Amino acid sequence: MKKIISVLVRNRPGVLSHVAGLVTRRGYNVESIAAGPTENHEITRITLVVKGEEPVLDQVTKQIRKLIDVIKVEPIPHEAAMTGELALITVSFTPEKKSEIMNIIGLLGLAIKHIERDSATVMIAGSAQSIDTAINGLSPFHIKAMARTGLVALPLLENWSPA
Amino acid sequence: MSATKQGSPPPAPKGEVSGAEAIIRFLGDHGADLVFGYPGGAVIPLYDAMFGSNVRHVLCRHEQGAAHAADGFARASGRTGVVFATSGPGATNLVTGLANAHMDSVPLVAITGQVSTTSIGTDSFQEADIYGITIPITKYNYLVKEPGDLLDVLAEAFHLASSGRPGPVLVDVPKDIQVAQIRYHKPSPPAIPGYVPRPQPSADEVAALAEAVHRSMRPVFYVGGGAASTGVHREILKLAEGSDVAVATSLLAKGVFPDAHELSLGLPGMHGAKYANLAINESDLIIGLGVRFDDRVVGDVRRFAPLARIGHVDVDPAEIGKRLSVDLPVTGDLKLVLDMLAKKLKPSGRPEWRARIAELKAAYPLAVPESGPSGKIKPQALVKAVSDATGGEAVTVTDVGQHQMWAAQLIRSVKPRRFLSSGGLGTMGYGLPAAMGAALSEPGVPTVLIAGDGGIQMNIQELATVRENDVPVKIIVSNNGCLGMVRQWQQFFFGRRYSSTVFGYNPDFARIAQAYDIPARRIEDPSGLAEAVSDLVRSDGPGLLDVAVDPEENVLPMIPAGKGQTDFFGEG
Repeated sequence: MKKIISVLVRNRPGVLSHVAGLVTRRGYNVESIAAGPTENHEITRITLVVKGEEPVLDQVTKQIRKLIDVIKVEPIPHEAAMTGELALITVSFTPEKKSEIMNIIGLLGLAIKHIERDSATVMIAGSAQSIDTAINGLSPFHIKAMARTGLVALPLLENWSPA
Repeated sequence: MSATKQGSPPPAPKGEVSGAEAIIRFLGDHGADLVFGYPGGAVIPLYDAMFGSNVRHVLCRHEQGAAHAADGFARASGRTGVVFATSGPGATNLVTGLANAHMDSVPLVAITGQVSTTSIGTDSFQEADIYGITIPITKYNYLVKEPGDLLDVLAEAFHLASSGRPGPVLVDVPKDIQVAQIRYHKPSPPAIPGYVPRPQPSADEVAALAEAVHRSMRPVFYVGGGAASTGVHREILKLAEGSDVAVATSLLAKGVFPDAHELSLGLPGMHGAKYANLAINESDLIIGLGVRFDDRVVGDVRRFAPLARIGHVDVDPAEIGKRLSVDLPVTGDLKLVLDMLAKKLKPSGRPEWRARIAELKAAYPLAVPESGPSGKIKPQALVKAVSDATGGEAVTVTDVGQHQMWAAQLIRSVKPRRFLSSGGLGTMGYGLPAAMGAALSEPGVPTVLIAGDGGIQMNIQELATVRENDVPVKIIVSNNGCLGMVRQWQQFFFGRRYSSTVFGYNPDFARIAQAYDIPARRIEDPSGLAEAVSDLVRSDGPGLLDVAVDPEENVLPMIPAGKGQTDFFGEG
């Protein structure tokens, strides 16, 4: 099973090393890790998507909570989460395929960030599923490069308790 | 140095001190007035500030020795050990000592020098990223980048090292921070959001634990290092006696419960007494108190205490359920939990359980073999002689290996913090420096080290520190000419192929000690054993006794790694 773990940490140098190092050295299976500022400049939010059995996920949560820089750990069940992710995808094509690919980009509602004679870079923001759909749609063409941010999440407002 | 920078530094503005002076003053103000360490280029300002101060420095002969000495000091005294090292190799030499302290939850603060902030990241001379290196082996660590942060960082470091589940904290201080001028101030009390060092136990969880004890016919407390470090030996004794709870002690808890007590099971697990493992196997309630349920004790998780409900009290919630599924979890400070439990528990005798434990102990005693026709001193007899000579009152320190397990089995400990051993990490070379640190922490208490001929050579340079500081450590080398524990595994599990475990050469340890002006002798005859050990323990100052012991002896009983609790080796 998969779990979203939202971690609020003191915004200190090295804090990402502490969290990422813990996950690696204890052998946890992390699908994505995303970090960024919050409404409070002293606090950073790290969103982890972790795969594993329940006891392992429980351990991940406890071990992360134990890190000194960690203020709060919130495991968020998928159904109680608002999630989002962003991806940049560069596809390359031959000139004769250009109109076909433009058509698909339009159908998928992707924003074009950059375009050249034989390649285009598009951006998509949305759920992990909508990004997967976009990748699938573009996969018949040559995907030259891709960057995904990893999932960020907040609990739905009715479950919200401020840190 | 360029010519323009020569000459004495400009006088500091009033009320300001250098970073290095601030560190020394902070240590003096916080009672951390004994430091183990080794100087080097990046800590010259620190050592200069210490020169003539009220902080005493014990110059060890290797940074690893300094780290273990600070560890031994901390375990024996309950105070936070402090170690200094320079940047680069000085700092990396601390790594084993920090990992050792981390595994055994020992409060330690390591202060290391670092190249100047302007040089960090440029592969400068003696630069190593000790901050990055020590993340996984410290409770927390710091790289001080702003002079103004220094004092608050130190206050936080000492707070973290000694509170909650204790552990080592490293503070890396670049050279320019050491020479920067700062205003010495009383650091603000550490406020670390989300850090709860003394979690309040839930009354419901404690009530459930009490209820489980009431219903249990054969309860066992399995006590760990957390009980030693929180000093709850009296509380445990009272609860155990009041409700006839048997008490097993992990290696780190040895002495928390008197070994000779009727209810004591001593060390359980791989090399525990057979009666300890059988009692746990028959028990219907195991309550872990500040203990990790380590793999060397539990073995096969599915077959550990098959009849028992498992209770687990720990200050660290991440320990609960880490290896075993726990029926009765209690997160909280052990002292608080035991006080609450004492109020809830109605004392009640369990004469049948007491009788069963006595029966198991009588049926499967831990035997000390006779020397027999071989005429060789048995290593078990050596450990027993130490126990007899000290009455269990001395601080007994071990190294790692066979002698360590025999000591755990046969030393009759009577007090906590009087048996020091590298448990989780199993660090050979720990013994000599740790014994030195322990002896310096409480000058009145005799300190005896038992080490193998392998481990003693791993930090033997500390004999110089022992001599220089006249540390009255009584060193016993249990000398079997081999790496006994690995040899034993090779005998049992690898067809007696003794690959690199039998020393082709060993030095004369007595003559080595004598070269350091430490009185020493060697004995080989069993008839002189008791007297030689007793003479050593009663002697003044440091001394070494090299004891030739039978190399064929194995540590038994033994449950092979990962096996069930009644899978005693050699019994099918």
